[in-house]
Amino acid sequence: MRNFRQAKWSEPLVYEVSRDRKEGVLIDSEFRDYTVKFFNKLPEGVARRELLPIPSLSEVEVIRHFMRLSQMSYGVDFGPVPLGSCTMKYNPKICEELSGDREITEAHPYLDDDSVQGILEVIYILQKWLSELVGMDVCSIQTPAGSAGEFTGALMIKKYHVDRGENQRDEMIVPDSAHGSNPASAVMAGFKVVRIPTDSRGNTDLEALRAALNRKTAGIMLTNPNTLGLFEEYIIDIAREVHNAGGLLYYDGANLNGIVGYVRPGDMGFDVAHLNLHKTFAAPHGGGGPGAGAICARGVLTDYVPVPIVDYDGRKYYLKYDVPKTIGRISWFYGNIVPAVKSFLYIATLGPQIREVAEISTLNTNYLLKKLSSLSGVDLVYGYGRWRKHEFVVSFEKLYKETGVGAEDVAKALLDRGLHAPTILFPLIVPEAHMIEVTETETKENLDRLAEAYKEIIATAHTDPAEIKKSPRDTSIERLDTVYGNLPKNVVLTYRSLVKKKRET
Amino acid sequence: MPHPWIPNSYVKSELMKELGISSILELFRDIPRELLLMEYPRVGYGSPLTEYQLTRVFSELMKKNTYSYKLPPFLGGGVCFHYVPSVVRHIAGRSELYTAYTPYQPEVAQGITQALFEYQSLVADLYGVDVVNASLYNGSTALAEAIRMAVRVTGRRNIVLPRSLHPEIVEVARTWSEPVGISIHLVDYDSETGRVDLSKLEDCVRKNKPAAVFIQTPNFFGIVEVELRKIFEIAHEVGSLAAVYEDPIFTGILEAPGRLGADIVIGDTSSIGSGLNFGGPSAGILGIRDPEEKLLRQLPGRLIGYTKTVSGEDWGYVMVLQTREQHIRRERATSNITTNSALEAIKAAVYLTLLGSEGLRKLGEAIAGRTEFLVEKLVDAGLELTFSRGTHLREVLFKHSKMAELRSFLKEQGIYIGPLAGRFYSELSDCGLVCVTETHSKQDIETLSNLVREFLQVRA
Repeated sequence: MRNFRQAKWSEPLVYEVSRDRKEGVLIDSEFRDYTVKFFNKLPEGVARRELLPIPSLSEVEVIRHFMRLSQMSYGVDFGPVPLGSCTMKYNPKICEELSGDREITEAHPYLDDDSVQGILEVIYILQKWLSELVGMDVCSIQTPAGSAGEFTGALMIKKYHVDRGENQRDEMIVPDSAHGSNPASAVMAGFKVVRIPTDSRGNTDLEALRAALNRKTAGIMLTNPNTLGLFEEYIIDIAREVHNAGGLLYYDGANLNGIVGYVRPGDMGFDVAHLNLHKTFAAPHGGGGPGAGAICARGVLTDYVPVPIVDYDGRKYYLKYDVPKTIGRISWFYGNIVPAVKSFLYIATLGPQIREVAEISTLNTNYLLKKLSSLSGVDLVYGYGRWRKHEFVVSFEKLYKETGVGAEDVAKALLDRGLHAPTILFPLIVPEAHMIEVTETETKENLDRLAEAYKEIIATAHTDPAEIKKSPRDTSIERLDTVYGNLPKNVVLTYRSLVKKKRET
Repeated sequence: MPHPWIPNSYVKSELMKELGISSILELFRDIPRELLLMEYPRVGYGSPLTEYQLTRVFSELMKKNTYSYKLPPFLGGGVCFHYVPSVVRHIAGRSELYTAYTPYQPEVAQGITQALFEYQSLVADLYGVDVVNASLYNGSTALAEAIRMAVRVTGRRNIVLPRSLHPEIVEVARTWSEPVGISIHLVDYDSETGRVDLSKLEDCVRKNKPAAVFIQTPNFFGIVEVELRKIFEIAHEVGSLAAVYEDPIFTGILEAPGRLGADIVIGDTSSIGSGLNFGGPSAGILGIRDPEEKLLRQLPGRLIGYTKTVSGEDWGYVMVLQTREQHIRRERATSNITTNSALEAIKAAVYLTLLGSEGLRKLGEAIAGRTEFLVEKLVDAGLELTFSRGTHLREVLFKHSKMAELRSFLKEQGIYIGPLAGRFYSELSDCGLVCVTETHSKQDIETLSNLVREFLQVRA
């Protein structure tokens, strides 16, 4: 039964809404005489002569255009978004409201510390809470998102080895199940990436790790639980072996949600960790950002964090620049403050009960996994019989072979049922993968709905695969041809090039 | 203990029964026992807060901020107090947009992909370039990414930056570049005009044959770099890429850098809809003029393109050229960037559409006029221009032996100027920036100048 239909407005590009010249806001001309003086001073060719070639719409046209676009989008406020490793949990509204306080949004970053004690105290407390949750000595929230945190961590490891005169340590070990940003970040920091496989239980292959360790090893970048949703059972051994070889351990915090408050990366032996505040700590994703990150370190890496961090001298909070071995600034100013404040409010609300997040997200994961793993055509590939944590991965390879319906087709069919699809075709070690993370904010009814939808799609795939391959049909637009738009002659990235292409054909 | 944000915490036992477990700890059985925390973490305020308790706690914290803008702040330093129109706030508050993920499933995300395509189109038009990506974190990381892109494209490892580039961006550029063997060469400014010293720039570029030459206009001192065309020529003569950092707020009155010959343009959306946010978030702008398509494959960040449906009956928007990106290319990606600043980019698109070509021109003129008026008033009140022969726009660097005391005096009245230049440039220790935007009225600037006069005559 088709019981969902997304809005479709066939909304033109903003350039084509109206050709008339109108104004969306009024700007005063109180200083006209002085403006003339300014332009008189500019040499020939510096001032713009023609108007910008962008539209000029009235306020109501702008509102309608973007409201229609918003109706053609789908977020957590409308239903489950079970994207694996993305932790698409509900974003509490009180956090949105309070963080939008003009006290914060209108604060200039060059106000003196004594003028912004409230904001600095919030950052300071957040740094402390995050340090407590990951078992580290220090956290900085300067990193604007997760990948920036990975890069920062890799730079810290690099500087640590260079400071010790061990410049030869230029290899970063990354398991094949890692997020793609891990190897990319390692390379950005100047490392060679050494890839190691995953064993059949879904753990990093310990033998392969041992074989990879040598005097060139700088460290290892690990996600735990990993992208299969499995806890690395031999993490203590991994940490010992890497440390014995002179390397350091980097923790990718993207998957913290399933263990937060239960296990801490610092206790596992990690030296540096990044956190995605827009995942575990409920800041929204914004359709791709802005997020917020934290980089946390302990032991030998404590003094390498980027500056400034917020500190307290017993009387007042201040921006501290004096961190002895700091790698420097990773971004200007102090981080993405508004989402960071949302995370402060989130942790403040839950308090010690944040453990419930780990419990219920893990419970939800395994509840849904149990329902899906019994379906025909679905396989786990790794770690049979093991509990997952924040997420799980299923393979539709068997279904694909039997019916021609693959992971992408199943995903598109979910869209037609008013659900968002999970992350697909990742991790790369699982063929035809769905990586599913439902988080603790999903209801039992929605988990059942998801399971039912999968069941029905798989059943239909066996009886009428063509029907599934036609999906999605009830979204704002039918299935898009991603290959076509990528062909060099078809790449169109702006309105101007679109107009040109249309004129040519 | 159940919590409203965690619905299944109320039906825990039902789910556990389904899994055949009697304790939740069974799910954590594979974690080495010595790692499991026995106690609850010491975070928050001892126990969960009600919404009214949270509001109270937060409002008590916010009361500790003592700043209070009696007039719109005259603080500068790369980001200034610009007005964020209500329409921008309204659209950004739509939870279809802000609770969505990156458009991995474009069929349910046509609103976001179209808005980002519009952002790319509008910003490319502002700067006169071919392609703008769908955003990086902010202006500082956009410039750092631009450096690495230039290095990949040219195979060269030297970079030339002006000292008059925002000092925090210079620091970010160093952090991102130097550990991988990219050398940053700084070129001094002219002490009379505040512009980059052209002859020093020429020497430095000829000697180092850099991957790219960067310039900022108006620069950190608020000085318009009037010889962009010449600077770009100097870069091109030795096969370097020419890159310019320009705040998009000025594109309505300044000639588009792409049309003057820039290959790479960089900016930040703080002024066009993001607001100050105590420094973040905003979105980083990175664009390229790329007639021979040499740069596109090395451009980092998300790109939204236009494509047809599989049936061929309709057209829509999708992420394209993802083979540059980390989730496909892993260690061979152009950048690690994943989460970016999409919502800030959409806010910028709303802002630009709302102002339109006419509005952006008027806004630029409004700021330029106020800058002239500010200079006249403050010089009249007794301050000296640090760069008397430069053309100022929005920010002005003033000089006085009692600059720091003046700033403190004004702060006591709820009027904020700064930052002091000495914090970044030891030779400018008696200088401070003053910034004006569309939010300042004639009376505001007169109030400022009267107080400056009073201070200089009575207290200095």
